[in-house]
Amino acid sequence: MNLTLYVWRQKDANDKGRMEKYAAKDINEHMSFLEMLDVVNEDLAQQGIEPIAFDHDCREGICGTCSLVVNGRPHGHETGTTVCQLHMRHFKDGDSIYIEPWRAKAFPVVRDLIVDRSAFDRIMQAGGFVSVNTGSAQDANSIPISKEAADTAMDAAACIGCGACVAACPNASAMLFVSAKISQLASLPQGQAERERRARGMIAQMDAEGFGNCTNFYECEAACPKEIPVKFIAKMNREYMRALAKGK
Amino acid sequence: MTLESKVPSGPIADKWDNHRFQMKLVNPANKRKYSAIIVGTGLAGASAAASMAELGYNVKAFCYQDTPRRAHSIAAQGGINAAKNYQNDGDSIYRLFYDTVKGGDFRSREANVYRLAQVSTAIIDQCVAQGVPFAREYGGTLANRSFGGAQVSRTFYARGQTGQQLLLGAYSALCRQIAAGKVAMYPRTEMLDLVVVDNRARGIVVRDMVTGEISSHSADAVILATGGYGNVFYLSTNAKGCNVTAAYRAYKKGAFFANPCFTQIHPTCIPQSGDYQSKLTLMSESLRNDGRIWVPKKKDDNRHPNDIPEEERDYYLERKYPSFGNLAPRDISSRSAKEVVDEGRGIGPTGVGVYLDFRDAINRLGKDAIRDRYGNLFQMYERITGEDPYEVPMRIYPASHYTMGGLWVDYNLESTIPGLFVLGEANFSDHGANRLGASALMQGLADGYFVIPYTIGDYFARAGNSDVDASHKEFANVEKEVEERTRKYLSINGKRTPDSFHRELGKIMWEHCGMNRNEQGLKKALEKIPALREEFWENLLVLGNDKNLNQTLELAGRVADFLEFAEIMIYDALTREESCGAHFREEYQTEEGEAKRDDENFSFVSAWEFTGVGKKPNLHKESLEFENVQLATRSYK
Ligand SMILES: Cc1cc2nc3c(=O)[nH]c(=O)nc-3n(C[C@H](O)[C@H](O)[C@H](O)COP(=O)(O)OP(=O)(O)OC[C@H]3O[C@@H](n4cnc5c(N)ncnc54)[C@H](O)[C@@H]3O)c2cc1C
Ligand code: FES
Repeated sequence: MNLTLYVWRQKDANDKGRMEKYAAKDINEHMSFLEMLDVVNEDLAQQGIEPIAFDHDCREGICGTCSLVVNGRPHGHETGTTVCQLHMRHFKDGDSIYIEPWRAKAFPVVRDLIVDRSAFDRIMQAGGFVSVNTGSAQDANSIPISKEAADTAMDAAACIGCGACVAACPNASAMLFVSAKISQLASLPQGQAERERRARGMIAQMDAEGFGNCTNFYECEAACPKEIPVKFIAKMNREYMRALAKGK
Repeated sequence: MTLESKVPSGPIADKWDNHRFQMKLVNPANKRKYSAIIVGTGLAGASAAASMAELGYNVKAFCYQDTPRRAHSIAAQGGINAAKNYQNDGDSIYRLFYDTVKGGDFRSREANVYRLAQVSTAIIDQCVAQGVPFAREYGGTLANRSFGGAQVSRTFYARGQTGQQLLLGAYSALCRQIAAGKVAMYPRTEMLDLVVVDNRARGIVVRDMVTGEISSHSADAVILATGGYGNVFYLSTNAKGCNVTAAYRAYKKGAFFANPCFTQIHPTCIPQSGDYQSKLTLMSESLRNDGRIWVPKKKDDNRHPNDIPEEERDYYLERKYPSFGNLAPRDISSRSAKEVVDEGRGIGPTGVGVYLDFRDAINRLGKDAIRDRYGNLFQMYERITGEDPYEVPMRIYPASHYTMGGLWVDYNLESTIPGLFVLGEANFSDHGANRLGASALMQGLADGYFVIPYTIGDYFARAGNSDVDASHKEFANVEKEVEERTRKYLSINGKRTPDSFHRELGKIMWEHCGMNRNEQGLKKALEKIPALREEFWENLLVLGNDKNLNQTLELAGRVADFLEFAEIMIYDALTREESCGAHFREEYQTEEGEAKRDDENFSFVSAWEFTGVGKKPNLHKESLEFENVQLATRSYK
């Protein structure tokens, strides 16, 4: 199939950026979206045009690196799919496709479709861990954890930190991301000792990074490639209130 | 130079304890006076960085992704082994040790493997304490499964995302140390060379991948945890960024490269669908617990798989290896798949594939039980192929997956360059000629959490602070070389992109140094690789400049290193005139077509020393002694 691409090009963080139009020729339906871009890039290079820069690594939907807004939707229109796992069979000959980077104040563009998501790391550093030094753990089976609690923790822990939730939210809120980590650790006995401190620390950092507030659009859940549910945001709010109540 | 493995004396079960006692310690108040550079923050590097920082050392850590949480370790699906014997099914440290030595086809160092099995149990404890949500039973205890042909259930898992959860655990520990100011983290920063002065590793030269700035970093020790080189085949299950650059640059500076030809080809990957293919996706091996592998008995049988009656199917693994069946080890399963495809019995649109069929398991256990076990894998398969594996058998074929070879290290994980340590997949240490499933995660975390924190202290205590910092002229020299190389890629202005060279190299390696190897093919590769390398330096096309983010430029550097590195793999494969583990030399096989190992002549580790680009490297041998596990022919019949 043949497609027309409109792609965001921006030389660096200081450049204003603009959409450019490119042709994607002879695209096979079994290609992944990123393989389609590889083909286009090879073509551009042969024409002396610098290839489109986009982030990617595992190309199997788990590392959270790929981050394209396709036709206005982070990761494209397929639910529960990262853009590296989106295949061209979902498009048809003659389609126009608009490709843009994540847009959020806290995620400045680095180049073309690549953004800086280091704000997520700083939120993690503000409490997204259990303080346990290597070697000081007890036997792994000494604290039983119900299957339900373990499953809830895993549901939350499945987050790949891609930032699609932020890109999808009209307020550029990072609450789905933050709540997933807070909920994971709050569900487990190991997370109890620092429960309040973690909630307050991570939320304070989230605000400091310039992410917006949640006003219940639920776009984050719809865009999340791992389908992390918004119920974790409610849980996070409870955790926060609990921390405040305890004065910690 | 003789290779000193530094394996401690004494009975195998006491070696590590004795060694830990004999190693020197750094006084707690002095730990903050020592610094280490850790390149790579996957499982091995992140666990090492966090653990060393907790002890009080100052760490600078580097990775090429935008954050440590995205290292390739994240992609591991199946699980992690540990000799906990929670299932009361006969596991023990000794059994895990024995299985690993045997699985590695007797080409690994006994003492290292024993230590790995010993510390395996503490890894699980540590990860659980971090909040890693491993699968649990209703009673609240940890669940286990049998994996990759093991006869006991010793594999711990977190759905199909074990690597992700373990990495996020190590990453969270790393985050804590970054916040504490004990680790300085440099993401999007690529190591492009190692700096050695007076036969001691002193630091590295890196490129900031956003600004293009080249800079130097010095420390009292350098630790590489940069992962494997499976992308030498271009198509592999590795992430696109996986590369050999850090390890290869260290090799060029004097670190020996061990067993480069030991590369694992994983039997269950989704077959290639066309020339544009950029990577291959692994379907977890756990699928082989319930799926049955078959091809039609007839050649070129184009019928729909569901129309091929039972008696016309060849369940070739069950036929050839009745006691292990579909769970036969990776190397054996992979080769058997190639065999049936070469006979013309392959399936799918390209004829390069075999079926992995869940029909019987679904009939036996029901669709829901299968969805419970493999739901996310089935979904992933459907997403990629557009086919529903509940209705139609999966198509699979082997692909490059893991590299057992790596930089040579002694028992302390120190390379042949003093002060340069190597962890995780980047070293050669524990898996011999073939790695067992769920053992790479175990090894990476063993190295990072429980080995290097001890051995690095001993090194610091013995060697003291490095008296050379980044102002030394050697740093400036290396920076200059790196800058010149970078500019060279940009100035050639030819017609072919780095990706196109990489693809061609991958084809050469897959054809001549892939699942089967023979002298003639290997020699052909030794002609093709230098020719391709020559063309690379004349006809490379890299647009843009070196002062900003330039992905083609990054790739050019990695491909340039692969183009040189590939040759040592070939020399290694040529020299090893036997078949063992994943290394199958067609000349050395039994009448039934099984691998024929030659313990008399090849019971050694090959450690290659750089002598110049395009020149045959020098071979050094570390002979392997088996005092505890009796050398035996692997048999999975
Ligand atoms: C699809 C897949 C599934 C797997 N499943 C399993 C499994 O179920 N069980 C199991 O035990 N094993 C499994 N493995 C193997 C296992 O995941 C890896 O061997 C292991 O995770 C490697 O960890 P590592 O820390 O050594 O390297 P990696 O995780 O690859 O990390 C390498 C690090 O080095 C950095 N780096 C590399 N080069 C440079 C450079 N030049 N400059 C700066 N930084 C650099 C990277 O940024 C990264 O941080 C699987 C592998 C694959 C591919
Ligand atoms: S590239 Fe890893 S999730 Fe898409």
